[in-house]
Amino acid sequence: MINWNLFREMDSLRREMDEIFRSVGAGDLVENAFMPGPGARRFPRLNLREDGDHYYLYALLPGVDTDHLDMNMVGNTLTLSGERMEEVSEQKRTWHRRERGAGKFLRTIELPAEVDARGVKAEFRNGVLEVVIPKAEEAKPKRIDIKVK
Amino acid sequence: MTDKNLTVQNEKPLSRESLQSRERFLTPAVDIFETDNGLTLVADLPGMTNDDLNIDIDQGVLTLHGVPGRQAKGDSLFGEFSMPGYYRQFRLAEQLDAGSAEAELKNGVLTLHLPKAEAAKPKRIEIKTVH
Repeated sequence: MINWNLFREMDSLRREMDEIFRSVGAGDLVENAFMPGPGARRFPRLNLREDGDHYYLYALLPGVDTDHLDMNMVGNTLTLSGERMEEVSEQKRTWHRRERGAGKFLRTIELPAEVDARGVKAEFRNGVLEVVIPKAEEAKPKRIDIKVK
Repeated sequence: MTDKNLTVQNEKPLSRESLQSRERFLTPAVDIFETDNGLTLVADLPGMTNDDLNIDIDQGVLTLHGVPGRQAKGDSLFGEFSMPGYYRQFRLAEQLDAGSAEAELKNGVLTLHLPKAEAAKPKRIEIKTVH
């Protein structure tokens, strides 16, 4: 049965182009979706932010139970590891799409300055982990007054 | 072959609008599976709350759409993701009973269950013996 649809063909072509961009490391150009997938893509995705006194680390961990999430801090290196469990069901399922991945992950991030490991706080909300890491006293920016003579 | 009829067909043929919106939104990863009772869609939507997410079914097209409300603190040093919002559409088979769909959002994962309409459920027909 011929079921040719111009729009569908165009769409699949566009997807293939996106894949090519991603595979050569220009993934940022296509603003790709959060997709851990079964492949070797980086998971979880991390964003690191800062203000004067803190670093803020955000990790996208949808569907990860905090019981299966582990965070360690050695010096100024933070390690996040865990497992995204696959939902098991007795019922017979027919899959139509399967894009979400499952499995173990581990990521390490080195913070750019000394931090106070004892003051680290983490919150998990709606699948996003927020880690607040206070900077060590010596790493905080200091304001220096300039005297006019 | 009857099973095949209930697949979620490819996304709606893209109109100009939906092509444009793809530029600004992320396409969430989804799992879709079918059981005898209906179709279940599971989507990764990290950062979304119940209030942020809109799920519409209009003329057989399911639209997931939303912008996370919570903003990150501080200034960016290093980034691997951005959260401009999520958008994805699916065309649903007519045999699904959209009126009694149930959705749950937990830990950034949406589970949407669409039961099959009574008429589309597999039925066993008893054969009566007539004497």
